Amino acid sequence: MSLWSVTFATLKKDIRLEWRSKDALNSMLFFSLLVVVIFVFSFDPLAEESRHIVGGLVWVAFLFAAVVALNQTWARELRNQVLDAYRVSPAPPNALFLAKALGNFIFVSVLEALMTPLFVVFYNLHVLGPAWQLIPIALLGTWALVVNGTFFAAMSLRTRSREIMLPLLLFPISIPAVLGMVAGTTAVLTGDNPAHFYIVLLLTYDVVFTTACLALFETVLHAE
Amino acid sequence: MTHAIPQGSPIITVENVIKQFGRFAALRGVTAEFDAGRFHAILGDNGAGKTTLLRALAGLAQPTRGTISIFGKTPQAACRDLGYMAHPSLLYDEMSGMENLRYFAGLYGIAGDTRCEEAIRAVGLDPELTRGVGQYSQGMRQRMSLARAILHDPRVLLLDEPFSNVDVHSAREMVGLLKGMRDAGKTIFVVTHQALLLDGIADEFVWMQAGQIVDRTATTARAEVS
Repeated sequence: MSLWSVTFATLKKDIRLEWRSKDALNSMLFFSLLVVVIFVFSFDPLAEESRHIVGGLVWVAFLFAAVVALNQTWARELRNQVLDAYRVSPAPPNALFLAKALGNFIFVSVLEALMTPLFVVFYNLHVLGPAWQLIPIALLGTWALVVNGTFFAAMSLRTRSREIMLPLLLFPISIPAVLGMVAGTTAVLTGDNPAHFYIVLLLTYDVVFTTACLALFETVLHAE
Repeated sequence: MTHAIPQGSPIITVENVIKQFGRFAALRGVTAEFDAGRFHAILGDNGAGKTTLLRALAGLAQPTRGTISIFGKTPQAACRDLGYMAHPSLLYDEMSGMENLRYFAGLYGIAGDTRCEEAIRAVGLDPELTRGVGQYSQGMRQRMSLARAILHDPRVLLLDEPFSNVDVHSAREMVGLLKGMRDAGKTIFVVTHQALLLDGIADEFVWMQAGQIVDRTATTARAEVS
């Protein structure tokens, strides 16, 4: 029973549960679709202006949508107090955290893959910089959102108003990552600046916060 | 008919355990020793501290003060020897019984389906049932919850209200099953309000009141068994 075997067993279980209920994916999709539509009606930018603002719009939409998924992930463990069954087992606590973070990463990535074409179409986007750099920005940015989000969602699990508590805890600490995502995406879209700095920033942020979350998760899991 | 509890070699030692939730003390200096292979029924009014004691034994509630030793280890370190069944099912409603047990078996490093099938059959259910646990009757859910608790063949079973919302027939079947486990050498703790169901089965009735053990009554059941 290794960390990775439990991680993948838990991840498989979470994907199976999500596939059957579609709670998180449906909520995220409808939420971000609404955001896109509202943004389209609110702004009617020219192609040049779009390149400067879409980075911010896209990541704000994904950030808010991710919160919906993050709350759902742990809510599933609270029903029937299933989390206690994990807590009394000899399974490593970090396996649960990694599985939840990886699961959320997959769900949010699916959302991004579905919603990005809509942003491109609605805002008539043409990338002027090296488009391949959007891939590391998206991957590192998404991990930054979900790793902290998974941790803080677990922390707010036993609080009475956890839906409110999660954004209150998550958004302030995500500001450096959001800046990196937005500025990096804008840099690639406009081609004005190189995005390397933002990729390194996101990578550093991910390493620091993943390490911190893994170091602290056992305490959070067993907190009463 | 009752008699004094023989002092054997205790496997569980609870020493002056206090558990506070804020200013409320759910356990107020509980001290007790429990021997191996016995069936302990924990009784008491609501709020007496029965569930808190069971959760402390399971390692789910950290004592504010005092110590708990199970086989000479902390409850967390002894988790492979403990099977815990709570009032809620501790199962995923959307998954079938077999899928649930397969997942939990993985947490204990148990590979393959054999042990899961054995556990499900032991509680009188069919491993082939494909519908989600959420669609089971309450009695079936309780049995499946028991199957999850015995999946890794623990030496100590901690069961919180296993007969609640279960019809009398099913409850008696569960009692029979637990009696068989006790006879096979397992130590069983059952928190219940249905003491009559365990009459003649339990080796000891532990009475709790206001966070303390106020009485321990050994029965003749053990003598009959041995």
